[in-house]
Amino acid sequence: MSTDSKINKVDPPKGYAGEGFFATKLSEVVGLARANSLWPLPFATSCCGIEYMATMAATYDIGRFGSERMSFSPRQADMLLVMGTIAKKMAPILRQVYEQMAEPKWVVAVGACASSGGVFDTYSVLQGIDKVIPVDVYVPGCPPRPEQILDGILQLQEIVKNESVRRRSSEEYKHLLNSYNIE
Amino acid sequence: MSLTNENIQKALIGNFGMKVSEFHQSHDILTLEVQADALYEVIRFLKEDTAMNFNFLTDVCGVHYPDYEESRQFAVVYHLHNWFENVRIRIKTYLKASQPEVDSIVTLYPGANWQERETYDFYGIQFKGHPQLKRILNMDEMQSFPLRKEFPLEDQGRTDKDDRFFGRTGPNC
Amino acid sequence: MSDLLLTPENRFQKQIEARLKEDGVELSILNLGPTHPATHGIFQNILLMDGEKILDGEGTVGYIHRAFEKIAENRPFYQINVLTDRLNYCSSPINNTGWWMTVEKALGIEIPKRVQYLRVIIMELARIADHIICSSVMGVDTGALTGFLYVMQYREKIYEIYEEICGARLTTNMGRIGGFEREWSPKAFQKIDEFLNEFPAVWTEFENMLTRNRIFMDRTIGAGAVSAEMAMSYGFTGPNLRAAGIDYDVRVAQPYCSYEDFEFDIPVGQNGDCYDRFVVRNAEVWESIKIIRQALEKMPEGPYHADVPDYYLPPKEDVYENMEALIYHFKIVMGEIPVPNTEVYNAVEGGNGELGFYLITNGSRTPYRLHFRRPCFIYYQAYNEIVKGQSLSDAIITLSSMNVIAGELDC
Repeated sequence: MSTDSKINKVDPPKGYAGEGFFATKLSEVVGLARANSLWPLPFATSCCGIEYMATMAATYDIGRFGSERMSFSPRQADMLLVMGTIAKKMAPILRQVYEQMAEPKWVVAVGACASSGGVFDTYSVLQGIDKVIPVDVYVPGCPPRPEQILDGILQLQEIVKNESVRRRSSEEYKHLLNSYNIE
Repeated sequence: MSLTNENIQKALIGNFGMKVSEFHQSHDILTLEVQADALYEVIRFLKEDTAMNFNFLTDVCGVHYPDYEESRQFAVVYHLHNWFENVRIRIKTYLKASQPEVDSIVTLYPGANWQERETYDFYGIQFKGHPQLKRILNMDEMQSFPLRKEFPLEDQGRTDKDDRFFGRTGPNC
Repeated sequence: MSDLLLTPENRFQKQIEARLKEDGVELSILNLGPTHPATHGIFQNILLMDGEKILDGEGTVGYIHRAFEKIAENRPFYQINVLTDRLNYCSSPINNTGWWMTVEKALGIEIPKRVQYLRVIIMELARIADHIICSSVMGVDTGALTGFLYVMQYREKIYEIYEEICGARLTTNMGRIGGFEREWSPKAFQKIDEFLNEFPAVWTEFENMLTRNRIFMDRTIGAGAVSAEMAMSYGFTGPNLRAAGIDYDVRVAQPYCSYEDFEFDIPVGQNGDCYDRFVVRNAEVWESIKIIRQALEKMPEGPYHADVPDYYLPPKEDVYENMEALIYHFKIVMGEIPVPNTEVYNAVEGGNGELGFYLITNGSRTPYRLHFRRPCFIYYQAYNEIVKGQSLSDAIITLSSMNVIAGELDC
């Protein structure tokens, strides 16, 4: 391997290395693996979806960060990228897709419309998806530039890396889901 | 016979008499008003008559005029286009507020199907003879007709917005 | 969850029972749901299937209904431009320019020649951007992902041109009543020249990959065929209509914005199937390139906006020094501009067809009624008729070739 390669590799976690073994915390290894292989479910409804297509394309390339395979099947996806306006007619479907995803799952609200309703303060638009599902990262913008979407995903990677392996069965998480009436 | 405004007006008045009125040129499109019971026949004449030949339905939409008299509070506006002579025409029908209904023109132009559903969805105007008149853009369970002037733009059930900071009271939001 | 199932009175249930009684064949119902990778945008189709063949279908739209027409009754004219961006968001400058032309028609404003030529250039660039997405995504839906990746690079170059002119990539919010907000910088023209030098070779490469490709032709020829009479009666406009054989184009039928000064052809297909739609869109990209070249060559000198101080914001330096400029600035921002009582219908040729704006004004700062004649909404109603009797994979490729943009569908 050449030493002047410009590729940034992910650093290994802190641990104790010896001949033929490497000891570290389980949560760090699991966090590292999860963070660098987040498979997105692109829930693209409107204009932010086109910026996502630009992010997916060769210039901004979300595949560099581990999101190489878009999974449209909720069971095989790790993160739900909600991009675009969610109308009240669509909210039950968004909820159903979220419930179908398998744990661990994260949600990124991309764009102003998904974060808070955006420009559309009307009777038919849901004012932010956090009214129906819990959200981890909000990416503002109308539409956000691809660099902003990638920044949101990097922030999510930080969250995922530092998440405890026991979070999904903790009382706090159950309480969060109950507040949204999700079983 | 070329399709000038005078010729169209003559042909329509010749065939329909008092049912068509208010011919005027609004910018570059001849506009006329038709009474609701004659609407289907007028549009059929405009489509099938060999001299008129308005073969294309451009647009169907509704308008709500709450300030007009009770028999003219809703309007349905049809835009037709004759591709051969390149002439457009706009037809307005005024309907009464208590029971706004008009005949559907889906049998003449199948493209009017969803546009009439949209007009029903927004205003509550009934199109008689429409194959499937139900809501299209809003949720099926919705009770009121949102584009009427008395319906507010914003969701009145929101609790997380404080309008005092924007100087907004009930009537002007 | 039970309210998401069909009731027994639904006509599909009746058809299933009838067929079961007739020859014992069990039909099935497939939900091509709102979230589906092949539907570009969210609309639902409930299909009645006999194995792979589609017998009947019912579409539901409105999953992204944002009530633009209601919002427009509460916003001054220059704030509605923001809404028009989000109609057909793949080609926002066309929507913006269409809206400004409607307002200028209602107010009776004459536009200088230079502004008209600049508007033509930006509209044709937007049309190229729209067709890039539609054609490359048709490739993706048949399995050819590479074409998409190659031509999206050039969509990025178009975004850079938009950024030089107005600052935004996708939802451009471009222009004002009377023209543009600033003169186009020399860098913008330089980027347009570079684009015109590099793009034709790439588009030729993309066309070579798919147009005579055996697999692509087998998948698309015959799928989703629409006859010319059906297209006309259902209200089709744009590339879908031209693929069926009728050469109606608003730029030629009722020229606006100096389109009569340019020479270009209208590509027309024969069968109205997916292959013809693909080829017609690709040919339109070449015509757009021709128009941009002619506009750049013949570009007249002149101001970049009309001389209408009542409607066009004065330069900020003047507002600080000059009393009239201050008054005009105040009146325009507050919305107290002189607006006559009028009704106007103006149409432009959008990426998908005739995009019309029907505006009724009543002298106040907001429109009394604004209706968008959206081409996607009108031609999508024919979709269920078109796919009757076809297989499911043909239905998917038909949907992607018709270029249904959800923002324009639901307004």
